[in-house]
Amino acid sequence: MNNNLYNYIIGIADNSLILGQRLGELCGHGPSLETDIACTNISLDLFGQVRSYFQYAAQVSGDEKTTEDTLAFLRIEREYKNVLLVEQPNTDFGYTIVRQFLFDAYHLLFLRELENSKDQTLVAIAKKSVKEVSYHWRFSSDWVRRLGDGTTESHGRVQEAVTDLWMYTDELFHQTDADQAMIATGVGVNTSALKERYYQMITEVLEEATLEVPESKYWHKGGKQGIHSEHMGYILSDMQYMQRTYPNMEW
Amino acid sequence: MSEKEVKNLEEIFEARIARDEKIEPKDWMPEKYRKTNIRQISQHAHSEIVGMLPEGNWISRAPSLRRKVALLAKVQDEAGHGLYLYSACETLGISRDELYEQLHSGKAKYSSIFNYPTVTWADMGAIGWLVDGAAIINQVPLCSTSYGPYARAMIRVCKEESFHQRQGFEIMLKLANGTPEQKDMAQDALNRWWWPSLMMLGPTDAESVHTEQSMRWKLKRKTNDELRQQFIDQTVPQADLLGLTIPDPDLKWNEARGSYDFGEINWDEFWQVVKGHGPSNKKRMKDRVGAWERGAWVRDAAMAYAEKNENRKVKKAI
Repeated sequence: MNNNLYNYIIGIADNSLILGQRLGELCGHGPSLETDIACTNISLDLFGQVRSYFQYAAQVSGDEKTTEDTLAFLRIEREYKNVLLVEQPNTDFGYTIVRQFLFDAYHLLFLRELENSKDQTLVAIAKKSVKEVSYHWRFSSDWVRRLGDGTTESHGRVQEAVTDLWMYTDELFHQTDADQAMIATGVGVNTSALKERYYQMITEVLEEATLEVPESKYWHKGGKQGIHSEHMGYILSDMQYMQRTYPNMEW
Repeated sequence: MSEKEVKNLEEIFEARIARDEKIEPKDWMPEKYRKTNIRQISQHAHSEIVGMLPEGNWISRAPSLRRKVALLAKVQDEAGHGLYLYSACETLGISRDELYEQLHSGKAKYSSIFNYPTVTWADMGAIGWLVDGAAIINQVPLCSTSYGPYARAMIRVCKEESFHQRQGFEIMLKLANGTPEQKDMAQDALNRWWWPSLMMLGPTDAESVHTEQSMRWKLKRKTNDELRQQFIDQTVPQADLLGLTIPDPDLKWNEARGSYDFGEINWDEFWQVVKGHGPSNKKRMKDRVGAWERGAWVRDAAMAYAEKNENRKVKKAI
């Protein structure tokens, strides 16, 4: 099997998987019916993308026993390669929106480039996903503006979320060995080239939202190597509950 | 308006109902008709959004990606139903905030079935199959209810509900054909959800205080007992198909009636749950009220931002 391609696909998919899982926790508990519907919808889009990536990864693995569900539910924590940002908890609606916002900007830029990949399956997934993610970006950036330029309370809360989550943004551009190998063959996206545009995109919105762009340059990373925050184990124990309790069954 | 004029309007109104015409928001209607509609539609809307909670409870633990996506989509549909039912209700001159206030204060009711806990994955199947099944039986006649906006909302709701019911049945079918553990899980879910599903169709006709008037105004087209019988007759063969046993030793085909006879429903349990003492009443309300209160700063921010934007536009125009 092409290990690099396999690891590359898993790396992309895990971000959507864990963020989708986080959003799914909120269903029915949002501040309004409209935001509930929107967050559920984003979660649905992300899981849809995950299925396409995992089905492809299963095929690339060449192992008949590997399926989208074994990949989603039966790996150990160290084998999940999502960035730390997406596993951060739904502390409040401000954190949920800022986490989404910081990821969406990256996700959108990433998918636009993935559309030019030499791998036609990835191109197809990117083409479908980019439409969805443009909507996610519109939703999250609109909400950052509303909360930032809303009331004193909302400004304070969303500023706190921005300041707290900022340290996870740099990891989005960190390249693993698989990433570098895939970039070299024209399959992967050179994320270094997206970095400047990314910070420009989010800075513009934050300024419009009257929010301060954090100056901190201390970054946290490790997710892409499978070294996660303490939140991850709990996410997985929820997500894997059925598959672990009732092994080898079909649902 | 003089008494005679009101009487005249009432006669015109009753005649329109008799001719099966739809009543629209701007038409004259008796105050009691308006209130009854608000009660019925809002109760339905509240049931949709409280109903998101027991199923939402399993989104993070769904056993496969396919099931997770389907469950998310289903719960999202319920939020959508809530949205258009609240909108239909608002055409009667009451705001969504007022309706929420009625729900949160306990003044308004919602379907008592959602006060039972979802304890295993099979409950996702049983809810889709039985609860949505009973809901469809209740709701199909409402597609021809006399109040126009409600009838139109119901046409959309029913289409999605029948999809949910098939999805629930499919979950049960997979379990029933699965391992012994899965089959037990399915039977256990049927045991727990069967009687509450029968109760969900409402108190017996003799006990139902609103039925008579609602039937006359064509807000309701069939009585609770008729709907319950229809539900049982429809569901028993489906349970047979699944190879599961309905937990009612008195259930028996009655050749003469062409229907199933069934055992005594525990109405004490029904009234206990309706009065707020079911296993999950307190949790459901705590979750709803909690979400609403935690979201207050978000809604305030959205309002403040919209106002600022409006002012900016006005300034620009000047």
